[in-house]
Amino acid sequence: MFGHEFIRNAYLAGTPVALACGVVGWFVVLRRQVFASDALSHVAFVGAIAAAVLGLDVRVGLFVLTLAVAAGMAGLGRAGAADDVVIGTVFAWILGIGILLITVLATSSGGGNGLTPASTLFGSIFSLTAGAARLAAVIALAVTAGALLIARPLLFASLDAELARVRGVPVRALGAMLLALLAIVTAESTQAVGALLLLGLIAAPAGAAHQLALSPQAGLAVSAAIAVAATWGGIALAYAIPALPPSTAIIALAAAAYGASALFRSSAVLRSG
Amino acid sequence: MIGQLFQYPFMVHALEAGTAVAVLAASVGWFVVQRRQAFTGHTLSVMAFPGAAGAALAGAPTTLGYYVACLVAALALGRSRRPQARGYVGESATVGTVQAVGLALGFLFLSLNHAVLDGLETLLFGTFLGVSQGQVVTLFVVAAVTLAALAVVGRPLLFATVDPVLARARGVPVAVLDLAFLLILAVAVAATTQITGALLVFALLIAPPATAQLITMRPLPGLLLSIALAIAIAWLALGIAYFSIYPVGFYTTTFAFAVYVLVRMGRWIASRG
Repeated sequence: MFGHEFIRNAYLAGTPVALACGVVGWFVVLRRQVFASDALSHVAFVGAIAAAVLGLDVRVGLFVLTLAVAAGMAGLGRAGAADDVVIGTVFAWILGIGILLITVLATSSGGGNGLTPASTLFGSIFSLTAGAARLAAVIALAVTAGALLIARPLLFASLDAELARVRGVPVRALGAMLLALLAIVTAESTQAVGALLLLGLIAAPAGAAHQLALSPQAGLAVSAAIAVAATWGGIALAYAIPALPPSTAIIALAAAAYGASALFRSSAVLRSG
Repeated sequence: MIGQLFQYPFMVHALEAGTAVAVLAASVGWFVVQRRQAFTGHTLSVMAFPGAAGAALAGAPTTLGYYVACLVAALALGRSRRPQARGYVGESATVGTVQAVGLALGFLFLSLNHAVLDGLETLLFGTFLGVSQGQVVTLFVVAAVTLAALAVVGRPLLFATVDPVLARARGVPVAVLDLAFLLILAVAVAATTQITGALLVFALLIAPPATAQLITMRPLPGLLLSIALAIAIAWLALGIAYFSIYPVGFYTTTFAFAVYVLVRMGRWIASRG
């Protein structure tokens, strides 16, 4: 299996991206911001199309728009977290603009429905070049390091914002930093491994870790471990079964981990009466 | 010039379907905004993708696929939203995981069907201008049944939403109402998706009710205002799109967003003066 270059590239990019998603996702789930993550991955899609329409590098559109929207979310909400109704309203409008841009792209690229040119903007974990895989790995490792660097104050700010503020912790700035890290990993992953993978790897491993009621350190480690294990297993499964898309296999494993931990939790609740 | 709009059957059907969907989405959406379930609403709208891909694989009608996928997802979400677990950390992770699994299944169905999905454009952009007489009739029936169900559970649902603990103490079946509302939402989203496309359900589901709730929190006037706003947005968008080369979805989201922003600004100015 490792004789194939595309498999090596998939592991090279997939492992750090999963690590970043597991760590960032643990905080995102703790702060109940999975919807913000979902909105950012849709926004990334619009950013890529906008860059294509303007003739810019796709990556510019991805990073500029996701970071701008993350900043907006941090600025609009209290304590650096926007209300879900605000997210929903803004994000519906950005998708509306995306649809306008697809129409523009269709007219400028000489017919078709605009979806074919649009679909070429998005990658799959099995079609990465070595350079793209290395870049994705570097960015994902930087995001992981950034999240671990602010982990302690961010945890304090997330668990008790009032007390943290009194103690002089910059609650708002930390919330904005988390959203910025999320935006970076979203923008990079959308092009490298596909936006679908991202939401699943943010939500499911972290959700599983939170079900187990571990200490924060152990929770972060378990979340990252599940994300990485699901990615490794998913890539191998998809290699073994050609009809199975890699993203489907990875999400299925991550979701299975979540389901198993939810069962474990409810049986533990029953036993303790 | 306006009279020209009503000369074509496709425009008449579009206006009829748009009105039915606006009334349905705005009424159900009023509760979605009240219950802070925008993420759930969006996740259900995403189920159009596995629904359509699954229906194509099974050789069933796409519309049936939408309803089945939305209802299955609603049941999966309902299991996770037990009353004693209300608002626990994992809720947003569960919704995110269900959405990721739905998308992953969609990709699997697509891959099993050799990547053929007719009507991808319809899935994303809706069929505002291609609605048939039969679809309009089906839509009216679905809207009538859903609104009737909402009218039956409306009062206790509002009680259970505003104060679940007190409602439970008074013998209101909060868990049953939670699930009943999810199923109503699933049907409303599946119906709306056919018209607005999966990406733009929010334009009618979240923005008009959110705007109405900025103006009044009283249930009945709020609901009526939300419906009136949604109908106005749908009609205006259809009317302008008829004379323009750009898609209806862009106008729908833009008008919905503009009204929301104007009302928010108006409130902000009023609170200062």
